[in-house]
Amino acid sequence: MSKTIKLKKGFDINLVGKPQEKIIESKQPETYAIKPTDFVGISRPKLLVKEGDSVKAGSPVLFDKFTEQVKYCAPVSGKVVEIKRGEKRKLLEVKILADKSVEYVKHKKYSTSDISKLSKEDAFEQMSAGGVWPNVIQRPYGIVADPESEPKAIFISAFDTHPLAPNTAFILQDQGAHFQAGLDILKKFTSGKIHLNIKGGDEVAQIFSQAKGVEINKFMGPHPSGNVGTQIHHLDPINKGDIAWTVSPYGVAQIGKLFTEGIYDASKIVALTGSQVTDPAYVKTYSGANAGNLLDGHLKSGPSRIISGNVLTGEAVGKEGFLGFYDQQFTVIPEGDYEELLGWILPSTNKLSFHKAFGLLGFLNPKKEYVVDTNTHGEERAFVMSGAFEKVMPMDIYPTFLFKAIMAEDYDEMEGLGIYELVEEDVALCEFIDVSKHPLQTILRSGLNLLKES
Amino acid sequence: MKFIQKIFDDLHPGFEKGGKYEKFYPLYEGVRTLVFAPSITTDSKGVQVRDAIDTKRMMMTVIIAMIPCLLFGMWNVGYQHYIATGVEATFLDMILLGALKVVPIIVVSYTVGLAIEFAICVIRQHPVNEGYLVTGMLIPLVLPASIPLWQVAIATAFAVIIGKEAFGGTGMNILNVALTARAFLYFAYPSQISGDVWTYFGDQAPVDGFSGATVLAYGASAAANGTDMMADMAGHWYDGMFSFWNMFIGTIPGSIGETSTLMCLIGAAILIATGIGSWKIIFSVFAGGYLMGLLFNLIGGNSFLEMPAHYHLVSGGLAFGAVFMASDPVTASQTELGKWIYGFMIGVLTVLIRVVNPAYPEGIMLAILFMNVFAPLIDYYIVEANKKRRLTRATI
Repeated sequence: MSKTIKLKKGFDINLVGKPQEKIIESKQPETYAIKPTDFVGISRPKLLVKEGDSVKAGSPVLFDKFTEQVKYCAPVSGKVVEIKRGEKRKLLEVKILADKSVEYVKHKKYSTSDISKLSKEDAFEQMSAGGVWPNVIQRPYGIVADPESEPKAIFISAFDTHPLAPNTAFILQDQGAHFQAGLDILKKFTSGKIHLNIKGGDEVAQIFSQAKGVEINKFMGPHPSGNVGTQIHHLDPINKGDIAWTVSPYGVAQIGKLFTEGIYDASKIVALTGSQVTDPAYVKTYSGANAGNLLDGHLKSGPSRIISGNVLTGEAVGKEGFLGFYDQQFTVIPEGDYEELLGWILPSTNKLSFHKAFGLLGFLNPKKEYVVDTNTHGEERAFVMSGAFEKVMPMDIYPTFLFKAIMAEDYDEMEGLGIYELVEEDVALCEFIDVSKHPLQTILRSGLNLLKES
Repeated sequence: MKFIQKIFDDLHPGFEKGGKYEKFYPLYEGVRTLVFAPSITTDSKGVQVRDAIDTKRMMMTVIIAMIPCLLFGMWNVGYQHYIATGVEATFLDMILLGALKVVPIIVVSYTVGLAIEFAICVIRQHPVNEGYLVTGMLIPLVLPASIPLWQVAIATAFAVIIGKEAFGGTGMNILNVALTARAFLYFAYPSQISGDVWTYFGDQAPVDGFSGATVLAYGASAAANGTDMMADMAGHWYDGMFSFWNMFIGTIPGSIGETSTLMCLIGAAILIATGIGSWKIIFSVFAGGYLMGLLFNLIGGNSFLEMPAHYHLVSGGLAFGAVFMASDPVTASQTELGKWIYGFMIGVLTVLIRVVNPAYPEGIMLAILFMNVFAPLIDYYIVEANKKRRLTRATI
């Protein structure tokens, strides 16, 4: 039975710099990178290439020692120009200088009827060798799925409610057949359902409304209604011992294309967003694109922060950095490294706040789009407010108690309070509104790591 | 602005690691961040933008909500003084006299409290927390204007050190800090904070027939002597002193900030509109007090038990306690259901202590402290229920 779920709790962060729905010309980046740090759960990345090697799009570049079958592949063809390591020789980036035209590693092609006859084992083999397996995320923990596991269901959120998020249907234009093929492949991995969750109240794009073999659910309400974690909680929550998989719509289409076209296609329509972008819109590029190249000519002057992803869950990568494997947008906002005279008390209508504390007058104009910089507006303090996190958390979970349990490293308490239902993005809004400025996403991950290793 | 920044920048090296005043860095930082909101930016991972609120603004919102109570309280100190001494006085006279009595108490409270806070920050090398900004204003408002300043100093020191820092500082305390200060005075120096202390006389003599008793004192003595409380109050030396309306407005003797229910309600409106105070707690304290009052009316027995229930809401510190003390998020229940229970029980206990235990006419202080202790227990059961829901869900 498909469901319609209306959520009231949450908060939409309304920023300047929403992407216009058009694809603009942009210089194609010279370099692309695979970053093992994008993939949660890779503990021992092993390289399959060295500097100077030539690779094709879809050539395996690295794998994790603990799941050797799953290969992480090059997004474009070209030459490996740098292998960047950090402290303790931690592998950070494998940079590839792209060829003028992309050459692909060829895999076996399947027709629609062949796909339906394909066994789970054969499907996995092509997915893992072909570089699309990392699209499959396993909950709890939000890690790249363990091929040995069987999920009770697979969840796909077909809309993104993050600040300045791209329109999911727009970035999947002309991918309808691939998307359906991807769904058919994924269906082989679970005896449960595939939940495709769309935004209620809106016109639904054909690619989703015509999807077959899935259960279509509608979600309404402010962010985080588009987060797959919120959706799982209301459809079929994760209990201790349960395993669920999540895949992004882009990931589904990429999986599908590996079977219908026989290639690992890492091309992406990426949104350039944020108040520091001159003409926020979409560009065509590839996964792992260099930020500086791609944004060249689209930036306003002044100190800016370039973020791969959105302002809640993204990562500041800088001009030298690269688009993350799972990211569909760059966000560019002003840096906030300035002192503000009596900034903690002066009234203002230009400051974005979920709260309505004295002087924060934004609530007078709820439709306003804000320019928000990276200033933290205050320092880290002890937890002093209660009841605020609950207002942005549309789940039956007590966030403050959970965070305190994690800080105290109380395993039973963490489990009991529902940590298995959460990954970073599910608590990002709590982190944003936190009066005491705690790094809640980092705290959550440290708790998940404790449980995973226990 | 540049000029002030430069002063701080010039001072900065002395407070850095290895500098001459390295140990006093928290102090330097505390002052600088008060003048300038700091230039800290978000980390490269995690949220890239933060909400504009911080603890300083949150605390200031509470202080702003207290200003009506403070101003009215100052005036009322003067007003009570002049009617009790039978001297004609203008509005300005009353405000001035009130300020003369109240401002020193506020100064002492802030000076002692902040000095201890700063000292502990330097010893423990942690940043200055803003919690005391609110406590420092709450303490004067729950004391009588006639309180000796040295007692204010001792009580403040006790409350900050034993009530808060011993538990780990702001955010960790179990008992409301300002009420800890008041409870300390109540038990250590009872003669200055109970009985006929609510009106300030200075060196002037009271008018004939003066009595400084509060409503609750009337009630206690009526219950003890078997007289009719409402008739006693009607016979007050100052005509109409304890009419319901008078008590609602707050032109009655009492602690500096607590007499006016109206001003407390204005404060409540500010706290609720800004989302800083929990309306659930505030409302349920009033509800608990009123229902308990009604219950006592039904039982009857003496005239205090039969006092109309709505009088409980405007007498003593119930309104002030409900709005500014019970809703303290650190010491209150932190779950939404818990807030209802916690507030309701405070209201019930307040009226119970007032009416049944004549030794402690002011019930709200003890009721809040008592429920502060129980708040974690209430939360515990509510959180356990949440865990149980999750477990039963798993086995279905």
